[in-house]
Amino acid sequence: MGYERQADLGTPPSASADSVELTIDGRQISVPAGTSVMRAAAQSGGHIPKLCATDSIKSFGSCRLCLVEIDGMRGTPASCTTPVSEGMVVHTQTQRLQKLRRSVMELYISDHPLDCLTCSANNDCELQDEAAAVGLRDVRFGYEGSNHLGLDVDSSNPYFDFDPSKCIACSRCVRACDEIQGTFALTMDGRGFESKISAGTRDDDFLSSECVSCGACVQACPTAALDEKAVKEIGRPERAVVTTCAYCGVGCTFRAEMRGEQLVRMVPWKDGKANRGHSCVKGRFAWGYANHQDRITSPMIRDHIDEPWREVSWDEAIAFAAARIDAIRIRHGSEALGGITSSRCTNEETFLVQKMVRSVFGTNNVDTCARVCHSPTGYGLKTAFGTSAGTQDFDSVEHSDVILVIGANPTDGHPVFASRMKRRLRQGAKLIVIDPRRIDLVRSPHIEAAHHLPLQPGTNVAVLTAMAHVIVTENLADETFIRERCDWQEYDDWRQFVSDSRHSPEALESVTRVPANELRQAARLFATGGNGAIYYGLGVTEHSQGSSTVMAIANLAMATGNIGRPGVGVNPLRGQNNVQGACDMGSFPHELPGYRHVHEADTRQLFEREWGTTLDAEPGLRIPNMLDAAVDGTFKAIYIQGEDILQSDPNTRHVAAGLAAMECVVVHDLFLNETANYAHVFLPGSTFLEKNGTFTNAERRIQPVRKVMQPANGFEDWEVTQLLANALGAGWSYSHPAEILDEIACLTPSFAGVSWSRLEQVGSLQWPVNEQHPDGAPVMHMDGFVRGKGKFVVTDYVPTDEKTGPRFPLLLTTGRILSHYNVGAQTRRTKNTAWHPEDLLEMHPADAENRGLKDGDWTRLASRTGETTLRVKVTDRVAPGVVYTTFHHPETQANVVTTDYSDWATNCPEYKVTAVQVMPSNGPSDWQEDYSKRTDRSRRVIEDVPAE
Amino acid sequence: MNETAHSVIRMANQIARNFEILGKEAAVAATQDHIASFWDRRMKAAAFGLLPSADVGFSPLAREALERLAGETDGAGHQDAG
Repeated sequence: MGYERQADLGTPPSASADSVELTIDGRQISVPAGTSVMRAAAQSGGHIPKLCATDSIKSFGSCRLCLVEIDGMRGTPASCTTPVSEGMVVHTQTQRLQKLRRSVMELYISDHPLDCLTCSANNDCELQDEAAAVGLRDVRFGYEGSNHLGLDVDSSNPYFDFDPSKCIACSRCVRACDEIQGTFALTMDGRGFESKISAGTRDDDFLSSECVSCGACVQACPTAALDEKAVKEIGRPERAVVTTCAYCGVGCTFRAEMRGEQLVRMVPWKDGKANRGHSCVKGRFAWGYANHQDRITSPMIRDHIDEPWREVSWDEAIAFAAARIDAIRIRHGSEALGGITSSRCTNEETFLVQKMVRSVFGTNNVDTCARVCHSPTGYGLKTAFGTSAGTQDFDSVEHSDVILVIGANPTDGHPVFASRMKRRLRQGAKLIVIDPRRIDLVRSPHIEAAHHLPLQPGTNVAVLTAMAHVIVTENLADETFIRERCDWQEYDDWRQFVSDSRHSPEALESVTRVPANELRQAARLFATGGNGAIYYGLGVTEHSQGSSTVMAIANLAMATGNIGRPGVGVNPLRGQNNVQGACDMGSFPHELPGYRHVHEADTRQLFEREWGTTLDAEPGLRIPNMLDAAVDGTFKAIYIQGEDILQSDPNTRHVAAGLAAMECVVVHDLFLNETANYAHVFLPGSTFLEKNGTFTNAERRIQPVRKVMQPANGFEDWEVTQLLANALGAGWSYSHPAEILDEIACLTPSFAGVSWSRLEQVGSLQWPVNEQHPDGAPVMHMDGFVRGKGKFVVTDYVPTDEKTGPRFPLLLTTGRILSHYNVGAQTRRTKNTAWHPEDLLEMHPADAENRGLKDGDWTRLASRTGETTLRVKVTDRVAPGVVYTTFHHPETQANVVTTDYSDWATNCPEYKVTAVQVMPSNGPSDWQEDYSKRTDRSRRVIEDVPAE
Repeated sequence: MNETAHSVIRMANQIARNFEILGKEAAVAATQDHIASFWDRRMKAAAFGLLPSADVGFSPLAREALERLAGETDGAGHQDAG
């Protein structure tokens, strides 16, 4: 598309089902009751000049530009705050209105710099447009009097400037921060002529304030008062392409606004069904990694990992990799080979990687980064409901009355959805938070959790069982729902189990450290408070009982009848952009696409016919088992697409030992990541801006990813996989991801109705898309569970083997922060480092005092597995006895400390519970020093590019 | 004992412990089914290879599940589930 600003109807839509007929400028129209006159006029093709109104926030009625005349009504009401009524006759253009609007506009312009030709918003400025619309030709008031033209620009935010001289005090930014983002960081400071937008206190600037840099204020600003630095540097965009963000599992859609081949800005798409026009600091601004100087665009090879890299042609790199893989297969068999798919890559790319491993390598040794995050979700929800996916769409939260958040930190991990959740909470929904830390949701502006259960890490199952105990023993279960929808005998077994007095909150308090009375009240609220929705994250899955906790959550939802309609459900908040899709596409070693077990002969035959090959009927190795086998000498070669297992997986020393033992490690990525230190072949990857395909977000929404620029490395990632597969004899001939998507649809029942052309028409589809659900299924299990009857599973609390003791008396839990994403490979290469330049260790003041530690001190963090150093942040967000850190920076290598313990059902690592000791330190650990030397040695490159 | 052997002992015991609440018969069956469904054949073979040693550390439930699975599986760890 060419460049057009997104349509703005002035005020939000009305949800009313009733309609009203009225006449605007002689045109008869019908609109929903409650619609503003401004919006009705816009819907009928007209335009009423406006400045303080925009359709993403409530009307305000301050700019007085949108005045209209209405028959029978005195004066000239503001059209933005006047609702339509039956038979209303509205006039939007009269001489009287024209005169009034010109006078209003004259006042605005009298205190606005007339530097349009050199202004970054020139031709993209609502003030400029409306001055033209009202026919302003002269300003009578001059500029000699008091004005705001000399005020200083606040350039503290790395991505946008605030120029108060261009501010018209319309308050759109303040209202966007309040209503859309829900941070309440901005305010209109002062009164009358002294009115000024202020971030935080008078001593604050945008960077030091509570502002989370979501961009909602920039998006709302009608002038250049809040404008992206990139627009100032590059110029006004000239075209826009709608695509899907490659950060978290919310799956925001954006307009990539381009000038030539250069990305100017990412603007949240108002029609995006996942984000509804909102964004966060990562998706909105943190795309600079795509052009970062660290990006590798030439393939590289080396015979041994101690040698420097040698840049080579694509042909040589692919031939080198294929020869090594083939030689290993001949010598050691197919079982010595494997691959890892990426949750950051598209469905089509992931599908091809697992297809290559299964049908070309000849083994089921394929796994994915979901192994270390949401594999328990797959196991648990498939067991309970029959599908490995969340039950709701994001819109569902608007119908929730009680929201239970367990093991998730949505304001940091899934900020755009968190804003929608916070909006619902401000409307009156009740909140229960189960988390060892006092996350922001527990208490933030205009939000306070009804109950925060600060449990001991590792006791999720005990807490949920205690909640179930209260619900069952106090007769709060929804037995009508259970009899109709679930297996009654299984429910009865579960009911007896949870009713046992040893599962009461009082009996378990010594284990969970949650006050029994608080837990009882939380359970009662969830069972009786109306629509109850459960949202969870990696604080549920990354435990030795991750799968049990997922099933315990499902039990709770079924027992209270909170499944199968909007406002309820079980909602895993997926970490990476395409975790759902990577799992759907058959990335697990025991499942073919569509979650069908490799044991199923009929399913295998379907794929064998399509792919012209024979498939192994036994599951392959999971990532940790691949590493074990590598150390043992039976696993020799791996192809890793878009995943940095050395930094992201637990027990870094073990990962390093496994990788070092392999004879061929092929890393396909944007950067020389930490895993590449142990690689023999580096194949440069393409960014999400450089490829076509689809991502599937946490609400099962399949959305198009569109290429907005040519790949800097020369190929989209699916093309690179095809090159390697063909070098190994595959004979593939895909020319566009649409063809791969057709193959996926043909082989995967839940994708049966999905195609590239269909997605182009409808924007997105939520699987299943099949005969039963031709337009997809926003809410699942409406009329019955996919597996038939919902299954209650008895989830016995089994304490983790990771115990604290005299040597390691503290419990470490890990997580992420708003400004960074996963291992930080992308966000560390953006200006987001302004907010989080290093990983910090959060520690309770009492624990810090016991160790003589002050805020900012260097500490040694040691576990039975390893040790690292990092600085301490003293805070009571964590409970005594618990410490917390992130894993975004390779210098810290937080996973040197985490252990091999994992979920009993899926081997998802137990990142959230590690017994540690913390003590003062004055320098990096031996591991950090050795690793730093290895990294420097490993990244040497001989730059002699041979001719193609 | 190699890495895979260490891992399969710990994993088998952990699986069996989580099914223990079902009662012995059901727990053994569930453990057997879980290992059959999710373990690669070399992991199964490694576990089967450890069974003759009485003191390798398998819990009674895990051992019984593995013995039953070994009885239904050929020497390469392949279960005929096709």
